[in-house]
Amino acid sequence: MASMVDDDPRIIEFDVRTDEMLVNMGPQHPSTHGVLRLVLRTDGEVVSEVEPHIGYLHRCAEKIGENLTHRQFIPYTDRMDYLAAMNMNLGWALVVEKLMKYQVSEKARHLRVLITELNRIGSHLVGMGAYGLDLGTFSPFLYAFREREKILDLFEEACGARLTYSYITVGGLTADLPPGWLQRCEAFLGQFEPIIKEYHALLTTNAIFVKRTANIGVMSPDLAIEYGCSGPVLRGSGVDQDMRRDGEAIYTAMYEGYAFEVAVMKDGQYPRDREYPAVPADAVLGDCWHRFFVRMLEVVQSMDLVRQAMDRYSACNGPLGEPLKLTEKMPAGDAYLETECPKGQMGFYIVSDGSAIPWRARARSSSFSNLAVAHELCRGCLIADVPAIVGSLDIVMGEIDR
Amino acid sequence: MADFLINTLGLPAWLAWTVAAVVAAVLILHVIAGGALVFIWAERKIAGRIQDRLGPTRTGGKFGWLQSLADGIKLLAKEDLMPDGADGMLFRIAPYVSFCASFCAFICLPFAFDVVGQRLNVGVFFVIAVLGLEVFGVILAGYASASKWSLFGAMREAAQVVSYEVPLGMCVVVPVMLAGSMDLVTIAEKQAGWFTNWFLFHDPFTFVVFWIYVTCAVASVNRAPFDLAEAESELVAGFHTEYSGLRWSFFFMAEYGSMFLVSALAALLFMGGWNGPIPVATLLGLSEGTGDTAHYLVRLVGLANLIGKATLGVLMMMWIRWTLPRLRIDQVMTTCLKYCTPLAAAMFLGAMLWQIALPGGLVPVLHRPAAEIREGWLPGPGGEVRARDAVSTGDAVSTGDAVAAKVAQVGS
Repeated sequence: MASMVDDDPRIIEFDVRTDEMLVNMGPQHPSTHGVLRLVLRTDGEVVSEVEPHIGYLHRCAEKIGENLTHRQFIPYTDRMDYLAAMNMNLGWALVVEKLMKYQVSEKARHLRVLITELNRIGSHLVGMGAYGLDLGTFSPFLYAFREREKILDLFEEACGARLTYSYITVGGLTADLPPGWLQRCEAFLGQFEPIIKEYHALLTTNAIFVKRTANIGVMSPDLAIEYGCSGPVLRGSGVDQDMRRDGEAIYTAMYEGYAFEVAVMKDGQYPRDREYPAVPADAVLGDCWHRFFVRMLEVVQSMDLVRQAMDRYSACNGPLGEPLKLTEKMPAGDAYLETECPKGQMGFYIVSDGSAIPWRARARSSSFSNLAVAHELCRGCLIADVPAIVGSLDIVMGEIDR
Repeated sequence: MADFLINTLGLPAWLAWTVAAVVAAVLILHVIAGGALVFIWAERKIAGRIQDRLGPTRTGGKFGWLQSLADGIKLLAKEDLMPDGADGMLFRIAPYVSFCASFCAFICLPFAFDVVGQRLNVGVFFVIAVLGLEVFGVILAGYASASKWSLFGAMREAAQVVSYEVPLGMCVVVPVMLAGSMDLVTIAEKQAGWFTNWFLFHDPFTFVVFWIYVTCAVASVNRAPFDLAEAESELVAGFHTEYSGLRWSFFFMAEYGSMFLVSALAALLFMGGWNGPIPVATLLGLSEGTGDTAHYLVRLVGLANLIGKATLGVLMMMWIRWTLPRLRIDQVMTTCLKYCTPLAAAMFLGAMLWQIALPGGLVPVLHRPAAEIREGWLPGPGGEVRARDAVSTGDAVSTGDAVAAKVAQVGS
């Protein structure tokens, strides 16, 4: 018990050594976000080792990709990160376009920014709500889903689906926005913006929440880079990298002309474009609280981007353009592209032998690398910290197992 | 009631007492079971409203009145499972241990003046002690389930109980000291009159003590943010992971029973018990012995008062549960042992010194004269009569009378 009240929970005192116990957390467990299985080696409440076991949701998506044409594979990307299917669609569409050296119309470009950033908000809302659930508070989860529903409503209007959209596709988008959509989107943003304060009150600045997350699972920038972490997990450690700014030209060209500041702590300060709650004194850069906070900042950032995209989209006069044919042949060669998905850098690799069907399709999942670091972070923490740490990585099993 | 049976119906004493005991037990059982039904429904409705939902809307009309009953029937019909490696006897007995502890504590809980299963001169002690037994059920369940998650839940409960019981006990001692009695009826009686007589407003120290009590009471009934023994997101369902059907529902009923119990105890110790904020009965001139109707009316209002206050406490716990995240076990222990215990001790000392320095309170007119405090450690027949007289006259007791009473008491 003595070790429990220590300042640093990772210092395990072995004065009282009891038998170690192997506990299976998952695959059926309320807080392992799907079918993740963690094998915990515990000494009382203190966890000495965490080993993630994956593969319970493996669907051979990559192999399927070698049997379908490039556009036919789009629905399978939906099912990878099902919380941010638009971003997944975009990743695959862009890599095929990169291989084919195809450029979408200006209007399609802005619509893609609009849709993916809106989906980023949706994904971060789920991440935020589920994180509250991991820490034992139920209500923020439903508050988050209430707002996400409205985003899903907008998506449903645009493409007819609420979860697996297949909206962004190779060569553009399957359809243009219906009339009046932009007004409804604007209305949603106007209504959503003040609600973020509620989330900050219930979670970010809540004393118990801060106690549970601050100084827990601290990840140094070096460790984050070593494990190939990306997205909010990487930025939560203070590494200034965002593919939307630092990525390849074909991807950053999409965001050309857009003003946004990467949500990362620079010189001890987060971007100050708005009033954000102050960083609590207990929080250390790279802990669960910072990872969570970066996500919350990105929600606001994405809202700004959506607004900018709406202005640019409505200013475009030309046609949206038709997506490529399903059987459009690809030139022989290969291409790899990483895009900034809500969970991190999602990379797609494609090798073509000159037909419409990829010779090899490969996905590099951000959640996979982000989860890999869990065993480093969980060493020496308490059982209650395991959901807190794994939740702060915001993983989606569909993307890890593919 | 036993007196009534003996005197009017001429039953032998042993039979009369048995009948009275059975009637009291059945009544209390209905309070718990009925209360649990109402509170479960209320919790679902309140949780729904807090979370922007509607809660139950179909079962039994627009507001889903019958939802808890439907749940109860579902639980009855459920398969009763026991894990293979479980310790059969302990596994079966655990829910009843929990429930019985919660139920027994109700025995000496007064719902209104004289509306009490058995008036004990150590009522507070009894309630706290028996309520502590509830933990045994939880630990047994966790130990006997042959599940590692359950075992974690049980160990956490054991760690938690040693943390909250200490400050909880200290908080309870303060009103006992002010009232000079451990009898819950006497303690509540001492707070009769205007709400300024409540021990909550007795002095700044008792006010703080009340909030420490609230914290510890929430911890003692395993409600969020102290629901570590269940800890859904960490331990699946903690100590009751392996329970299903009716056995599980006994844990549930014990939890709701205890919630009501600690809330009622808070009302009795700090908020005047069955005495309302305004002494309506005294103002109207209704007091003991004015007539049977008035007598029962006063009891009924008192009953409503106490149940209302206790329900407020339960609702507050629900509100907390659906708002706050859960603490970690080491943080619970830190909160209780490192902060609550020294604070409670300091407040206890403060309240004691206040008694010596300012026996009449800051505003003597509003507070009860000191003479009425410090009597009836062992409520004999004489002591009881005096206490009751004091209640009936309420705040009208002048300082002169008080001094006279004090002199008389010292003399006796």
